Amino acid sequence: MQKSLLIDPDKCTSCLQCEMACSFEHEGAFNPAKSRIKIFEFEHGRRAIPYTCTQCAEAWCLHACPVEALVRNQATGAVEVKEDVCVGCKVCTIACPFGTINYNQSTGKVAKCDLCGGDPQCAAACPTGAITYVDSDWTGYERMKQWAVKTDNRPQA
Amino acid sequence: MNYVILGAGPAGVIAAETLRRTDPNGSVTIVGDEREAPYSRMAIPYLLADNIKPAGTHLRHGAGHYDKLGITLRPGRAARIDGAAKSVTLEDGGKISFDKLLIATGSRPTRPPIPGIDLAGIESCWTLKDAAAIAARAKPGGRVVLMGAGFIGCIILEALHARKVDLTVVEMADRMVARMMDKTGGDMIGRWCERQGVKVMTSTRVTAIEKSKNGLRLALDGGRHLEADLVVCATGVAPNVRFLEASGVKTEFGVLVDHHLASSVANVYAAGDVAQGPEMITGKTEVHAIQPTASEHGRIAALNMAGQPTHYRGSLSMNVLNTLGLVSSSFGQWQGVPGGTMVEKADPDHSRYLRLCFRDDVVVGALALGLTQHVGVLRGLVQTGIRLGPWKQRLMGDPNLVMHAYLDRTKGLA
Ligand SMILES: Cc1cc2nc3c(=O)[nH]c(=O)nc-3n(C[C@H](O)[C@H](O)[C@H](O)COP(=O)(O)OP(=O)(O)OC[C@H]3O[C@@H](n4cnc5c(N)ncnc54)[C@H](O)[C@@H]3O)c2cc1C
Ligand code: SF4
Repeated sequence: MQKSLLIDPDKCTSCLQCEMACSFEHEGAFNPAKSRIKIFEFEHGRRAIPYTCTQCAEAWCLHACPVEALVRNQATGAVEVKEDVCVGCKVCTIACPFGTINYNQSTGKVAKCDLCGGDPQCAAACPTGAITYVDSDWTGYERMKQWAVKTDNRPQA
Repeated sequence: MNYVILGAGPAGVIAAETLRRTDPNGSVTIVGDEREAPYSRMAIPYLLADNIKPAGTHLRHGAGHYDKLGITLRPGRAARIDGAAKSVTLEDGGKISFDKLLIATGSRPTRPPIPGIDLAGIESCWTLKDAAAIAARAKPGGRVVLMGAGFIGCIILEALHARKVDLTVVEMADRMVARMMDKTGGDMIGRWCERQGVKVMTSTRVTAIEKSKNGLRLALDGGRHLEADLVVCATGVAPNVRFLEASGVKTEFGVLVDHHLASSVANVYAAGDVAQGPEMITGKTEVHAIQPTASEHGRIAALNMAGQPTHYRGSLSMNVLNTLGLVSSSFGQWQGVPGGTMVEKADPDHSRYLRLCFRDDVVVGALALGLTQHVGVLRGLVQTGIRLGPWKQRLMGDPNLVMHAYLDRTKGLA
């Protein structure tokens, strides 16, 4: 059974533990600015939404890449960046209608959530259960898919 | 079913792969006129900047990728097609018959009709062959004149700068990247380039080029002159449609296609740079010579060819550009739409700029400078037509809240 990140904004207190864990896992330093999951605060912190890639089926980023630097990990379902192939053209960053693949000016490559190879550190670090890693069937994944479909080229129902 | 694709660029290759997935038993042939394995032109600037080897430009990397999929790559150049007889004649005299044909022949660079424009030492930058010719002449300290500061010109500018040449850009329009940036954004990019030692001459035309003692001499309007060891010409492109003249396939600028990427001739489709298809917001037909459109066109044309009727909403013009470290992007109808509204926020000291264009409370276009995080949301907003409700007014006050507006209206459900 494939797993996905389940995000429950109502539980998020914007403590930023997820951003810290993500940046440490991927960049080796606690630097929220480099995190692939982002907390967006509303109403001066009274409300917050954690936001990252849902590994959507459409994979807009993957299809736009000119050099096949984005590949789907068949085990985790995550779309991963092959850094040695990426030329840094950024076309994926404008092709993704969710804005969840971003250019990193210091590496000259793009970065996105890769589910940490199947052990997402954001979920492990979240103290309130706002981010959990659960069987895909449970995650409201269907709702997300519906959303993704809305952005597709098919005519809208 | 026998599928034939003309052109082995991104549109052609993605179409071939989609055909294979959708119709496992069909025969799929791509006819391509370039020597190299199918590659992405987009990657050429990174080759010129010596960041990658030629193989790094290839569309697919797996050994035997096309063989494994049972896709035949046939070297050759289509000379004409006959829709009624369902056949393609190649320049080498070969004939190929098809049940369904995809025209994915891309576009070619054009040059302005001025004296001396075809002299040795003047190169376009469109193919791997062009890139090799430029690399051979663009030596550190060499005098290079780049004609045209459009989108493609600006991408090449970055690569030439990386080669440490003495670079001058000559652009006819009053600003850089005139077709993807307004005056505010284009001027910011221009000043940014000048600060990094590139000479930028806007509102300037090259009127003639001649050989000089040690290179080329360019005459500019207003009587000025420039000397160059190499001239790189990036003054525009046009779809490769000439071989279709007697075919009955209707063309305007490109091959006219409908919402199924079908041309005016039965069983003949077109995709990518060569296709003039519906635009997403206005519904008019346009050629959007960009990679994302080539990829979407290729996939959707193939689905329709394989008997899975698939409607295409239309292409969205979008570009992202890195000019010497300054990242800019543009989406959709950034010039605004009739009866629409717009908001702009510029911070020239930090080279940051954001413009949002609305129809009612829906974003129909955007420009951004200095924005690298979550920039794709601008596409998402245009494409989904999300109603912003109360956020519209807030964005009119501060467009930088666009990500918050998006998340609040979608509840973070990417
Ligand atoms: C230097 C450079 C940088 C670019 N950067 C970007 C960028 O950053 N972002 C972006 O979105 N786009 C960029 N582009 C544009 C992008 O490369 C094109 O939109 C894309 O290549 C279009 O794909 P295509 O398959 O339609 O056409 P092409 O890639 O042009 O492929 C068409 C193929 O058909 C072949 N062909 C032509 N005529 C015939 C014939 N009669 N018979 C057989 N074969 C034929 C051509 O030789 C070519 O191999 C760039 C282009 C260049 C040159
Ligand atoms: S930035 Fe890298 S991963 Fe993204 S499209 Fe370009 S080459 Fe592919």
